Amino acid sequence: MACILSLFIGGFLALQAGSVLVERGLSSVIGGMVGVSMCKELGPVMMSILIAGRLGSAMAAEIGSMRVYQEIDALTTMNINPVHYLVLPRVLAMAIGLPLLVIFSIMTGWFGGAAVATFNAKINLSMDGYFNNLREIVEVGDVVHGLIKSFVFALIIGVVSCHQGLVTIGGPRGIGRSVTKAVVNSIILILIMDYILTRVMMFSDFLS
Amino acid sequence: MSATANNAESVRVEVRNLRKSFGKQSVIKGVSFEVKRGEIFVIMGPSGSGKTVLLKHIIGLEKPDEGEILIEGEPIHSARVRDRYRMAMVFQSGALLNSLSVGENVGLYLIEHRLKSPEEIKKIVAEKLDLVGLQGLEERMPSELSGGMKKRVSIARALVVEPQLILYDEPTSELDPLIAVTIAEEIASLRDRTHATSIVVSHDRDLAFGVADRIAIIHKGEILFIGTPEEVKQHNDPMIQKFIHAAMQSNKKSRAL
Repeated sequence: MACILSLFIGGFLALQAGSVLVERGLSSVIGGMVGVSMCKELGPVMMSILIAGRLGSAMAAEIGSMRVYQEIDALTTMNINPVHYLVLPRVLAMAIGLPLLVIFSIMTGWFGGAAVATFNAKINLSMDGYFNNLREIVEVGDVVHGLIKSFVFALIIGVVSCHQGLVTIGGPRGIGRSVTKAVVNSIILILIMDYILTRVMMFSDFLS
Repeated sequence: MSATANNAESVRVEVRNLRKSFGKQSVIKGVSFEVKRGEIFVIMGPSGSGKTVLLKHIIGLEKPDEGEILIEGEPIHSARVRDRYRMAMVFQSGALLNSLSVGENVGLYLIEHRLKSPEEIKKIVAEKLDLVGLQGLEERMPSELSGGMKKRVSIARALVVEPQLILYDEPTSELDPLIAVTIAEEIASLRDRTHATSIVVSHDRDLAFGVADRIAIIHKGEILFIGTPEEVKQHNDPMIQKFIHAAMQSNKKSRAL
């Protein structure tokens, strides 16, 4: 799913921007534009939203049902801290996994953009031209920028989803409510934090 | 919970003026009692009388609105109590972790606290499962077990802790009479072996009169009476008599109509 999503994000970026840039004779910068957009914004944000829906919901549902069916109470009576046992491994896995997925997404998005830029008759840019421009414009700092964002988004998804699971009350309906809240709250916080991080890194001239 | 604590060291439990409400509904209304070291104390009462909520307070899963629970004179919520005394609870539903196998569930306490080597844990798990009549089921998942089997696994999981205080929430509900008797015998023999203080919440009269040293009768969040099984049987409170002598009336008459 990440592959298809990233491929098409890169593709529509090249298609939308390409048609405007070609008219102004700037088709050579399509590679750089797709490259930077994928690194700094679309890779981290789209993958985080995907993972919030896919894994955030699963974590909230699993921990929520453990709460409802007293499994968490059983852990507490055995003096096993539920946060150490259930939350930390999930947040840690998310913090490692999401940035790796974002690297994959960025690269796939680049190829999606390249395919559209090369095979679309209106843009008709060579593969070499696209990647030469991408190499010229995209810096390591841009990729790191995206990775820092994805790391923060991973923490948001992990903490929000596990918290919603832990505070679940009631039966199956309560679990459903927690899952919805986990996904919606994660996405809202991801978008707010995306703006804040972009602004902070821009303002401090960080990694630019 | 310390692994070095002495098995024979059972604990004294004191409940002082405990009150708990959920919203406007008052569930526990000023309950006080003391459970002596090594005693089997059964809390009996009809459904909805606050038995399970009371038990959850004693193990520290709920915080009271008023009053306190003391384990050997120290509040249950202090970290010292959790570190110093081994406590376990057998939940009514079993509360097994569904993502773990039966063997992993039973050995969870030892695995997470790194108290034994994997070989020793395997041996202890097999021994405890054998004790509740479930030998060889280590690899099964909880979803493959019946309600009664889940409860027995839950008892085996509690036994692994070698608790100084063990709480049972309806240990014989959902069990057939033969297994219910086995579980009742196990509750009594565990106390004899380890001298653990046991608090049992149940409305199973056979279990209560069979294993209890003392029985507390709870009704609508209040303790009506505390005494030995004999004293409870002879008590003249109509509510207590009605509860302990409740029996199905012959319905020959209604069938005839």
